[in-house]
Amino acid sequence: MKKVAIVGYAQHPILENAGALNEVELIMPVVHQLFDELGISQNNIDFTCSGSCDYLQGAAFAFVEGLSAIQTNPPIKESHVEMDAAWAMYESMLKIQMGDADTALIYGFGKSSPGRLDSIISLQMDPYYISPLWPDRVSLAAIQARVLLEKNIVTPEQMITAVIEARTNSKNNKNALVTELVDKEAYLASEKISSPLNEFDCPPISDGSSAMIIASEEKAYDFTDQPIFIEGIDHRIESSNIGSRDLSKPTGILASIEQLKLEKTNFDVAELHTQFSHEVPYLQSVLNLNDVPTNLSGGPLVGNVMMCAGLDAIGKTYESLKSNDLTNGLAHASSGPCLQHNMLVHLEKKS
Amino acid sequence: MSDQKDLLRAPFELAYNYKRSSGPLMSKFFDALAEQKILGTKSSTGKVYAPAAEFDPETHESLSDLVEVGPGGVIESFSWIEEPKHHHLIKNPFAFALIKLDGADTALLHMVTECNEADLKIGSRVTANWSATMENRITDIKFFTLEK
Repeated sequence: MKKVAIVGYAQHPILENAGALNEVELIMPVVHQLFDELGISQNNIDFTCSGSCDYLQGAAFAFVEGLSAIQTNPPIKESHVEMDAAWAMYESMLKIQMGDADTALIYGFGKSSPGRLDSIISLQMDPYYISPLWPDRVSLAAIQARVLLEKNIVTPEQMITAVIEARTNSKNNKNALVTELVDKEAYLASEKISSPLNEFDCPPISDGSSAMIIASEEKAYDFTDQPIFIEGIDHRIESSNIGSRDLSKPTGILASIEQLKLEKTNFDVAELHTQFSHEVPYLQSVLNLNDVPTNLSGGPLVGNVMMCAGLDAIGKTYESLKSNDLTNGLAHASSGPCLQHNMLVHLEKKS
Repeated sequence: MSDQKDLLRAPFELAYNYKRSSGPLMSKFFDALAEQKILGTKSSTGKVYAPAAEFDPETHESLSDLVEVGPGGVIESFSWIEEPKHHHLIKNPFAFALIKLDGADTALLHMVTECNEADLKIGSRVTANWSATMENRITDIKFFTLEK
């Protein structure tokens, strides 16, 4: 395997409602911030890959418009995933592995405010057995939360702690959308949206964008003295038939842990794409992170840009390693209902 | 200004404006719903997937051995919606639930209503209620209610 490193990451401030700012206007500032920081231009990029969801814009091939944010003349090599941009990073990794590129620009964007996210996400599921029932994302997450609570894998206290800590940690994240602290009383007084989940257990509707640049080892040092290497990356998906999954056993994540030999690594920091409060203690336990500072950025509970939040977990881990005396970081990205599809990324700073 | 009548117009419907085929296996599942029967598929391991699955996610074999399951079953988990939103099909308080139908080894996602949250537990027995008109869709099962 070729060594590949992250050399830059930028995130747009997460907005509750970007209003008239369109997707292009959200992407442009982060891409140019990255280019300016690294002193490069689109000409230095061999491959460009984006992650977004056409359902959010409500039009087929809406993602193509995103390309207006970058320079595409002379023609560029470009691709898109209808997924979180973490998977755009994965595709870019593959492109570099194949020898087709040495550098890649990745960006993700999403505006959830104009539509109704709950119904839109329903449409992305199995069109035969599931979508016609219009199950919203919160209700599906709540089904998994109830399983985990019933089996005592997660406790209500851990969920409260996850919410309180996310809010407290938002101070570390200049781009966080939700910064208001919450106490246990306010949490307990909150109305259930889909029991057992209340509004604090759920991520805020968010608008924003993020961008990242990765490069092969040879090229990485042209960009920065301190690249952060992708030591391991693996993603697995479970059945789309939600009722055939054991919602208390993350078979995909367990396979990734084995593949990446994560048991042997002591992580200094972790950022998880945990959109709902119960997912935080659940994945901390699965990933053996109980003593590892997790979601110091606040995570998706304080800002959850659709199709970006997974890339943001990788980006925030990168930032933590880069600006602190830390060596190993673990990032997690997720997609689908009830943590159906998960990616683990092991990042390492070489001394 | 040009006359409004001179403008070319095309309708734009923001919807799935195409039809899907349910395929050889699922079409049998949906046809059976019209007879108020719910079908599952049996894998070579003996595991019964319901609703009928086209393949076994564990052994990856294609499945074609159809078996009838339900209409009663057990709630494996649920989320309770006290105040349904615009997109929900049931306008009264209801639950989304994973229901393991009798004879099946996996669960069907559907809705449970005509009860209160406190009436529902993991393990509660429910049974299918049928829609008045059948459309060869999963919504031909209108919802589930607690077994009397």
